[in-house]
Amino acid sequence: MNNGKKAIEVTDLTVAYRDKPVLWDVDLDVPAGVLMAIVGPNGAGKTTLIKAILGLIRAAAGQVLIYGQPYLEQRRVVGYVPQRESVDWDFPTSVLDVVMMGRYGSLGWIRRPGRQEQTLALEALDKVGMRPFAERQISQLSGGQQQRVFLARALVQEAQVYFMDEPFQGVDATTERAIVRLLQDLRAAGKTVVVVHHDLQTVPEYFDWVTLLNVRRIASGPVDEVFTEQNLRLAYGGRVAFLSRDSRPDIGRSADPAAVGPMARHDLEPSAAPQESSE
Amino acid sequence: MSLPQIEIQLIAAVVAVACALPGVFLVLRRMALMSDAISHAILLGIVLAFFITRDISSPFLVVAATMTGVVTVGLVELLNRTRLVREDAAIGLVFPALFSIGVILISRFAANVHLDTDAVLLGELAFAPFTRFVVLGYDLGPRALYMMGGILLLNILFILLFYKELKLATFDTGLAAALGFWPGLIHYGLMTLVSVTAVGAFDAVGSILVVALMIGPPATAYMLTDRLPRMIGLSGLVGVASAISGYWLARALDASIAGSMATMAGVLFGLAFLLAPERGLMALARRRARQRWEFAQTMLAIHLFNHEGLPATDKEFRIEHMHEHMRWEPAFTTQVVRQAERRGIVLSRDGYLSLTESGRQSAQQAILN
Amino acid sequence: MNLLELLSNLFLDYTLRTVALGSATLGIVSGALGTYAVLRKQSLLGDAISHAALPGIALAFLLTGSKAPLVLMLGAVAAGWVGTLLVMSILNTSRVKDDSALGLVLSVFFGFGLVLLTFIQRRPDATQAGLDKFLFGQAAALLERDVVTMAGLGTLALLTMLLFWKEFKLLSFDPEFGASLGYPIRLLDVLLTTLLVIAIVLGLQTVGVVLMSAMVVAPAAAARQWTDRLGLMVGLSAFFGALAGVSGAVISSTTTRLPTGPTIVLCISAIVLISLSGAPNRGLIWRWVRQRRNRRWLRVEAVLRDLYLLASQHADRDHGHSVAALRTMSYGRGGVAHTLGKLLRQGWVQQVGPDEWALTPAGMNEAERLVAKQEEAS
Repeated sequence: MNNGKKAIEVTDLTVAYRDKPVLWDVDLDVPAGVLMAIVGPNGAGKTTLIKAILGLIRAAAGQVLIYGQPYLEQRRVVGYVPQRESVDWDFPTSVLDVVMMGRYGSLGWIRRPGRQEQTLALEALDKVGMRPFAERQISQLSGGQQQRVFLARALVQEAQVYFMDEPFQGVDATTERAIVRLLQDLRAAGKTVVVVHHDLQTVPEYFDWVTLLNVRRIASGPVDEVFTEQNLRLAYGGRVAFLSRDSRPDIGRSADPAAVGPMARHDLEPSAAPQESSE
Repeated sequence: MSLPQIEIQLIAAVVAVACALPGVFLVLRRMALMSDAISHAILLGIVLAFFITRDISSPFLVVAATMTGVVTVGLVELLNRTRLVREDAAIGLVFPALFSIGVILISRFAANVHLDTDAVLLGELAFAPFTRFVVLGYDLGPRALYMMGGILLLNILFILLFYKELKLATFDTGLAAALGFWPGLIHYGLMTLVSVTAVGAFDAVGSILVVALMIGPPATAYMLTDRLPRMIGLSGLVGVASAISGYWLARALDASIAGSMATMAGVLFGLAFLLAPERGLMALARRRARQRWEFAQTMLAIHLFNHEGLPATDKEFRIEHMHEHMRWEPAFTTQVVRQAERRGIVLSRDGYLSLTESGRQSAQQAILN
Repeated sequence: MNLLELLSNLFLDYTLRTVALGSATLGIVSGALGTYAVLRKQSLLGDAISHAALPGIALAFLLTGSKAPLVLMLGAVAAGWVGTLLVMSILNTSRVKDDSALGLVLSVFFGFGLVLLTFIQRRPDATQAGLDKFLFGQAAALLERDVVTMAGLGTLALLTMLLFWKEFKLLSFDPEFGASLGYPIRLLDVLLTTLLVIAIVLGLQTVGVVLMSAMVVAPAAAARQWTDRLGLMVGLSAFFGALAGVSGAVISSTTTRLPTGPTIVLCISAIVLISLSGAPNRGLIWRWVRQRRNRRWLRVEAVLRDLYLLASQHADRDHGHSVAALRTMSYGRGGVAHTLGKLLRQGWVQQVGPDEWALTPAGMNEAERLVAKQEEAS
């Protein structure tokens, strides 16, 4: 329904922490209804980019438009899934309660969530397969379940554009599949989804749009046009040799250092794959 | 200056340096609040030992009180390990309880002796010269001076002997453990040092102000230098300065000496916080202002660099439209463009901007970082 | 004095009633708002705030010459705020870390407060008397006007907390998400911190600046052990705070030479100790029992599996196996004989000869179920 319109328009966005630039002059156009991955090495500014778009970090220069309007006026159509590690999961609250927080934006000040919010939250929990856990204390969830709760919270925001910060980080295979299905459902419903992603291997499979980032924008567009070995080399610089560690920190950090070895070769494969298809 | 006055200042200065030395490592190891916990908890040790020895200056008392301090550290760690409360809460649970028992014991059973709650908080620096150290009938000076001098010596010795280990355990606990330096042992060694120093200083400056002398001077030195040896030396100097100036402030106001020393430690930190040559607030603001202009010029260069050779170049490079692209104030943009021109980053011709070769290079460099 | 007498005094005796009401108020308010401080990892900020309040009290008296509770409390609030602000700005603009910043503000403000206090005490006029009760608190000195002021401010703080319940929960759990929803997180932070400052200042006269921080941390830490819901935690924490406040204040005001602050702190510490050890689920005793039970059950499972393994290697399923054989298989686990006794009582094993043990059909079923579950898990 939104086809042809630009969902996100970023122009000349520059962000600096203190005096260190993190993003230089980034331009980005994301058409409505795409499922986009943001990839790039560690420290490339992926998380910073979505935080700056969401106004969580002040930009030194540049502008962000969501459906042609500044973000401040479009908050109601934006959903956000922060990194799972960004909160304290020992906080005394239930799954249902966390999901209902997604409704706080449309509730506004003072008003408390009621029956309607609860129904929406339960529906969202159903969609991520977490309904039986509604009354569970959040610290009793596995990593994958926590991630699903965060996704459910974003779902109840009933947004048009979603920003997700590494939703696949440290989740089990079942959850990964469930999340992918959910993302595809969202796209089918005409939503735009932007995902900070680490695993280069799965980019062509999961996404139809990709942005390669390394402090500045390297390339952005449809996966089969943009996700080329040349662009990947540009994004990951001379550090392609370390690609595996940069792109799969979960594996680099694992107890078994041998796991890094075969992964390194494995991870390079997709960079060649799109080229084959374009030939 | 009368002799007692000189003696008081001397004791104050020795106390301040003795506190500052272990304080440096507390601050660097992010354990500053352990000094708060220890200095409170030792009160219980002092009181209990006092009940046994009935002598406030007995060496047994010092040992017992020191042990209480170390036990407190252990208790905090134990509570931490249950994972039922977080570390900050663990500290906040342990020492108030121990301190409370100490205060209650004092007020219940020892109200009419040397210890009272005022002494607990304030110490009795003004009276310190009255207790003399007498050997074979010779008056060798105030007893507190010898006691704190001994503790100071102990601190210096410990730091000299274990300098390498302390440094390693502070900056890289993992490496220290891998090299077999037992960071746990160093940790408890340091905590014992903090305890013994707090016990010694307790009599002079009271429990809470020990904290000011342990954290204030090292934090001040931390604002001024990056090097560990220099930080240790500076901490000592700042400690002495706090002590002497605190003494005179107290004289001028006819107020608590220990409180004044703590106040001066705070004032000196405040000065460093504002005026430190590199890290002070003023220097920071000045640098920020300069960097803002430089940063803006780099942004301009990168913007031009990114749009070179693209179809919409004309529009992007018009000087009068520059501020729209950069989302800057027009006046600010004009200023930035002028500065960039002066530094040879950009050229303006016929109302258009273009990058010079050196501008292109600096843009590239900035991107690659 | 027996309990009945104490209870009747609590309602009839003016002093005791005032003391009880005042300390209940302080316990409720600091318990409720302390919950947020603990959850937001600001436990020790309370320590800094309460110490920082001392010079505020002294300055308020120096400037106004008044000892009206509201005047002194406003001074304390202002100083507590300045202290918090200094901690924040040290953290934001320098490389000094949070522990040093807190310790520095705490001790320096307190030192300055002592300077002012001693300065006031040595002035010729005698109007200063009683300011030093702010050090360790003095419940017996509570007057009705003090309690009225405390109750007024406390109600205000609690109502504000309830009004912004949803917002404060969001702020404490996931501030960044809150900001993305458009809530002014910085402003909410300021508001919640102000409420915390008020809660601390309320208790200073009763508990004293030195120990007031315990009333912020301890009730919440105790309450956390009993519940997994924020609402219950706030309520329970307020209850614990009130319980400790009232019992401590009453004990100290009916006993000579017993400072109130430390007595209240010991009461709340006892509650913490009970909660940490005895609370269901999280408590240490509970945890220990569960671990023991788990370990025993693991042993049962292991022996069951071993017997199953032996049986499956043997044509005759009812063939017995010796304790010694089982002991070799579960080397290092120990307690085989004891475990066999348990299995026997369950009806899962039978003794087929002297020192000959075999699975019963029911035991066989159980073992198959176990092995299947294990394979599924791997």
